Amino acid sequence: MDKTIPACEPYIEINVELCKGCKLCISICPKDVISISEKLNASSYHPAQYAGQGCTGCALCFYACPEPSAIRVVKP
Amino acid sequence: MKVTEKSRAFYDVFERKGGPAKQATHYCPGCGHGNIHKMIAEALSDLGVAGRTVLVSPVGCSVFAYYYFDVGNYQAAHGRAPAVATGVKRANPEAIVISYQGDGDLAAIGTAETIHAANRGENISVFFVNNAIYGMTGGQMAPTTLIQQKTTTSPLGRMETVHGNPIRMCELLATLPAPSYIERVAIGEAKHTQKARKAIHKALRNQMEGRGYSFVEILAPCPTGWKMEPPDARAWMLTEMTKVFPLGVFKDEGDVREGQWHRQTAPFDPERVSQYLGASDRQDKAAGEAVKLAADLNCKFAGFGGQGILSLGLFLAQVGMRAGLQVSWIPSYGPEMRGGTANCQVNVSAKRIGTPIVERPNVLVVMNQPSLDAFAGSVVDGGLLIVDTSIVQKAVGHTKARLVKLPATEMADEVGSPRVANVVVLGALCAAVGAFPPALVEQTLREVIKKRNLVDMNLQAFHKGHAWVTEGRGA
Amino acid sequence: MAKKFMKGNDSIIVGALSAGCRAYYGYPITPASEIAHAAALHFPALGGTFIQAESEVAAINMCYGTAGMGIRVMTASSSPGVSLKQEGLSYAAGAELPLVIVNINRGGPGLGNIAPEQSDYFQATKGGGHGSYRLIVLAPNSAQEMCDLTMLAFDLADRYRNPAMVLADGFIGQMMEAVDVPQAKPVPYDHSSWCVRGDEATRRNVVSSIVLDPHHLEAHNLKLRDKYAACARDEVRCEEYRTEDADLIVVAYGIVSRIVYSTVDEARERGLKVGLLRPITLWPFPSARLAELAVGRAKAFLSVELNTGQMVEDVRLAVFGKRPVHFYGRCGGVVPGGDEIVAEYARLLKGGGHESH
Repeated sequence: MDKTIPACEPYIEINVELCKGCKLCISICPKDVISISEKLNASSYHPAQYAGQGCTGCALCFYACPEPSAIRVVKP
Repeated sequence: MKVTEKSRAFYDVFERKGGPAKQATHYCPGCGHGNIHKMIAEALSDLGVAGRTVLVSPVGCSVFAYYYFDVGNYQAAHGRAPAVATGVKRANPEAIVISYQGDGDLAAIGTAETIHAANRGENISVFFVNNAIYGMTGGQMAPTTLIQQKTTTSPLGRMETVHGNPIRMCELLATLPAPSYIERVAIGEAKHTQKARKAIHKALRNQMEGRGYSFVEILAPCPTGWKMEPPDARAWMLTEMTKVFPLGVFKDEGDVREGQWHRQTAPFDPERVSQYLGASDRQDKAAGEAVKLAADLNCKFAGFGGQGILSLGLFLAQVGMRAGLQVSWIPSYGPEMRGGTANCQVNVSAKRIGTPIVERPNVLVVMNQPSLDAFAGSVVDGGLLIVDTSIVQKAVGHTKARLVKLPATEMADEVGSPRVANVVVLGALCAAVGAFPPALVEQTLREVIKKRNLVDMNLQAFHKGHAWVTEGRGA
Repeated sequence: MAKKFMKGNDSIIVGALSAGCRAYYGYPITPASEIAHAAALHFPALGGTFIQAESEVAAINMCYGTAGMGIRVMTASSSPGVSLKQEGLSYAAGAELPLVIVNINRGGPGLGNIAPEQSDYFQATKGGGHGSYRLIVLAPNSAQEMCDLTMLAFDLADRYRNPAMVLADGFIGQMMEAVDVPQAKPVPYDHSSWCVRGDEATRRNVVSSIVLDPHHLEAHNLKLRDKYAACARDEVRCEEYRTEDADLIVVAYGIVSRIVYSTVDEARERGLKVGLLRPITLWPFPSARLAELAVGRAKAFLSVELNTGQMVEDVRLAVFGKRPVHFYGRCGGVVPGGDEIVAEYARLLKGGGHESH
């Protein structure tokens, strides 16, 4: 996880090992702050990654993501 | 701070799933099941009912729903989830029961179970995942596959004239009076997700409030089966599937619902059951006085249907039972029952009764000519042959049986109705056999004749028949 | 109250209620419908559940639902309906659910007729549905036993966590006899360790027959095998009449056992030393006892059935070639008279009858 996010901004945490790279979070994100990583995870998917800033905490990505634990949205 | 994350109605770790990634689902990338699981888990958690929820998983990709939900779990046979859910809900109406099914499960092999659970207004929540294809078995045509949609079993595309049309389950179920709430939603864009979450929440709340059957159809993508990238699959679903499966509420009577859809049951109460059934303590003696039979009675009673032949047998058997004897009664069964005749066979014995079938009666009652013709020859030598001469007009031929003739139907008519001819015969039979005290027969008739106003007439009929023989008029 | 005079079919419901059965799910079919009629009347009167299901398949799956909650439940049907229920029985056996099913065996195959047969013996005792499983099968031959063996079926189903079947024919169902209605007693089984009741105590349990991993499924099957072996060791029930000195041991169950019972004394008066062995449990089958008799005084065995030869195969397996095993059967609803059965004894004991099929 990216630890550089300022404490007062909303942010998302992506568990890269649980992501299956379906890109649904990317297509639904209104701020275009999620992208696909160049790296492969242990299940050989290219997981989603958060740009590190710009998240509004809308949680659309959470509901678009089919996996229960791949995305966590925090809105301070 | 607001955190949106995995619902507590999911297990922390999916131990039942096994494998290396025990926090990931078994579903393909972009599959709709995961989204729907999350919405259900969220609703269970919000409503605080996960601890008393029973989720019935179907056969299909969601066969393993029980890997994920931290609730009581069932896995059902293909299409049978609504029947299983019925058995669960009726056994414990306090449980929150979910039937989670795909399109093949719900709308093909389980159509009957689906329609009838809805028609009974089972107080359950059905979540129907419609992705227009069989996912688990390899992308075959589903009952909801669209026209022209290619699948492994409709390789040239679904054709109306070959395969029929996609079935619209919401519309179909909405024709039934019993369901409380029917809505079709989709997962896809933000607004769809919001509606889907609300619909799932409402379906569960309806159940908690005893409003009866709720059905939420959720259009979902199957990127693998459709051979599309997940974002493309969502777009196709929202543009193409919704043309055939329009989103919206088809029925919502939740707020104006009447009737007891919460069906209360009582636990097993042995004392109440014993009392209700009139259980004996196995120490009881027979109610009547013990009677000694000179010989076992192996009786056949025969006549037309409507002459009370079967009742005659029942009366005698119950007299025998009250006399502390072994008894059996069987109605005519098999080829003999053809031809409009009725017969029954009764055994009364001090010993254990073997076959209940009377091949060679030592008591034969015939109340019509065909019965005399058919059975007179079967009576054992010295047996008793009772003939209702009101009906049997021809003379009885040579017989080695002891013959008792009486115009039973006319005698019955004299006491009030030809319908008690059978009891006139019972009187004659008891007198001729000489085993059963009239008081015991009277007691029996009083106990077994359900119409109280007919008891006196039956007692008169009995005594008339009894007197006929004791006065020696039957010979 | 003393004994009550009732039909075998009604007696089943008396037994079920006394055993603590709380739900009945069924579909009408002759000649088993009277069981549903009685259930419809008495289950709701005692706070239980009766549902006339949309199909036999739905009925057995409703049973699956209630059985998984650890609550006693039953269904009843007749041969064609029982064929439809085989899917559910296989799932219940796989998920190790205790439930009771009654089959009033009628004439087959196909629609056949509504007259009594014993032609579902194979289906009942050899599996019926898919997979390696067994049903516990009890065969009453009186109205009293329709009650008592239904109660026993519930007990064995709970004890072995397996479906149990009461297999009767239309004769036993239609026949009326005096029945001692037993005192109901509390159910002495606690199923909390595996059932799913929709409460916190059973929240982590799962009722399921799916075992994806081959090694796990093999282990599950071996566990079932051991369970069935224990059942076969401990639960065989049979009744004998004059077998101790018999030349010919007649094996029969249900209505046929009543007919044969009536022939034994008569046959002996004619110098035909026969005895009756009546299996009360058809599965587990009284093979050990038959094997014992096969090395004793008996010269031959005869299986009399209302079919074209089914139980006779189990008799042959038990006798294992040590004595000839003969078969006599009627079917289609034709029930053999005592005379023709005695004639068969005479043919076998005096005429040196060959092994017949």
